[in-house]
Amino acid sequence: MNDWPSFARLAWVHARYQNRLFVRTPVAAFFSTLLPLVMLVLFVAVFGNDTFDTSFGTLTTAQFYAPALAVFSIASATYTNIGIFLSTQRDTGVLKRHRGTPLPTSALMCGVIGSAALIAAVSGTLMIGVGWLVYDLSIEAAKMPAILLSFTVGICCFASLGVALAVIAPSAASAPALANATILPMAIASGVFISLGSDTAGWLTFVGDLFPLRPFVESLGAAFSPFTEAPAIEWDRLAVMALWGSAAAVYSARNFSWEIRGATSRRGGRRAAASEPTRT
Amino acid sequence: MSQAIEVAGLSKRYGDLVAVDEISFSVGYGEVVAILGPNGAGKSTTVEILEGFRSRDGGDVSVLGTDPANGDRTLRDRVGIVLQSSGFDVELTVAETIELYAASYRSPRGVDEVMEAVDIGAKANERIKTLSGGQQRRVDVALGLIGDPELLFLDEPTTGFDPAARRASWDMLSSLRASGTTIVLTTHYMDEADRLADRIIVLDKGRVIADATPETIIGPHSRDPVIRFAASGAPHGSLPETMADRATESDGFITLSTDDPTEDLHALTGWAIEHGVSFHDLELRRPSLEDVYLDLLDGDVKLDPT
Ligand SMILES: Nc1ncnc2c1ncn2[C@@H]1O[C@H](COP(=O)(O)OP(=O)(O)O)[C@@H](O)[C@H]1O
Ligand SMILES: [Mg+2]
Repeated sequence: MNDWPSFARLAWVHARYQNRLFVRTPVAAFFSTLLPLVMLVLFVAVFGNDTFDTSFGTLTTAQFYAPALAVFSIASATYTNIGIFLSTQRDTGVLKRHRGTPLPTSALMCGVIGSAALIAAVSGTLMIGVGWLVYDLSIEAAKMPAILLSFTVGICCFASLGVALAVIAPSAASAPALANATILPMAIASGVFISLGSDTAGWLTFVGDLFPLRPFVESLGAAFSPFTEAPAIEWDRLAVMALWGSAAAVYSARNFSWEIRGATSRRGGRRAAASEPTRT
Repeated sequence: MSQAIEVAGLSKRYGDLVAVDEISFSVGYGEVVAILGPNGAGKSTTVEILEGFRSRDGGDVSVLGTDPANGDRTLRDRVGIVLQSSGFDVELTVAETIELYAASYRSPRGVDEVMEAVDIGAKANERIKTLSGGQQRRVDVALGLIGDPELLFLDEPTTGFDPAARRASWDMLSSLRASGTTIVLTTHYMDEADRLADRIIVLDKGRVIADATPETIIGPHSRDPVIRFAASGAPHGSLPETMADRATESDGFITLSTDDPTEDLHALTGWAIEHGVSFHDLELRRPSLEDVYLDLLDGDVKLDPT
């Protein structure tokens, strides 16, 4: 009898397969990687790369939008993608099938989250890279730790929220709608598409501060703003994200379901269930 | 532990519905047991409790010496599971899918070897989404085999197969049995149970109504042939005396069981000529497996569950 395959190997195998699935689902790659880049190009085209007043001071269009859209891209690659993929795997019976093998749950989850984190990191870096190469985005070396920290905490937080989204979604079909219905209004309330300024209603910034997206935008924005003092690490913002991520993880661990809700083996054709993930 | 599976007084309710009603049976190492029953009999419920997927409301269950409700990684390493229905990541290819699941086991079989066993090698590099239902079912079976299990559960492995595919999977399961794997399969085809199993457990409405070898179940009844006919101008009551009390009429057919077909047919045709009766249909046959099974379900035939 051989030894058990190591945890690291199993997590790695699953991450690799998840990556493959992501690449083979072009709609997912489009929404989390390409669309935010297109938005950056469009915003700069619409406004020109001139300076305007933002909550971080007077910035060029790209200096404001590149970090904000990197956040959006990361949230989409983690929160939306994990929510859709995992609920689809639950509803089609893929999770139940794994459950019948000696695969540890934690290795499966690590694979799913690791793959999403990698995709998020690539998407976020791509956004910053394009900003830097094409639009003169300024990056200060002294603020690199703040950038990396914000990236890391944000990715962990939204990956955890993605798992919770899959747990909450009653069916895989409702997961994309749930993801969009939460992330889009939050993006507006968090200053992703339009900078929040002195005219913004107080209640809106108050609400935005309570949820994890604005802290992500603010912590990354601060790290890219020329008006902040290095190291520009916003600990309180990071703490809000960490709190949300932890709460989501606890919630998911308690309520995780391996099977489609109300599952009975007699219901629904097996082939009908093997549909591809969809997005609205 | 002398038995691979031991079940004593197992019960499962869904709300008010009693899906499994205090059933008991056991499966020896190396044995192939078919759980036969109509839809809704409780086959999947029973098997999924043994697999550790569902909780039970009562009774004792042991699978390879472990209670599957507390089954750990070691137990799942030794057991192969083919569910009645479960899906795939349809964007992966057949070979990728089998490789992925192989990674979870301590001593998996080879991916190529398993693809060969279920005859899906020709589709190795096709995405799962391009396969037909029957081909996907073969991948299901491949995933049940990949961990090189001591015990294999198959929940309706051939439902929806055409006759050729069914025969091919019977051959595959027969060779698996020859290698000493303990197999528990569910089916609602009597001929499948007869062909594959050392022992058949007939389940109906959550109860075991028979638990015996195929020979015992089929044997005693197949010795009694029946004469079945439809005739015009043949009032039931006018049959020769020797037959009238053995005959039953339904759907316009008169059926009588016989232990001397030659004598009875002779008497019957004589009677027909005498009364000017013409036969539309006349046959002498042995009850099929299916007839025996249906009689069992109707309660016309009783076998003591052992
Ligand atoms: N998850 C469930 N919830 C409620 N009823 C169920 C569930 N699963 C099965 N049943 C019911 O239990 C009975 C037995 O079902 P099942 O074990 O699937 O039978 P079989 O596999 O023999 O067709 C059926 O009446 C079915 O409707
Ligand atoms: Mg069933």
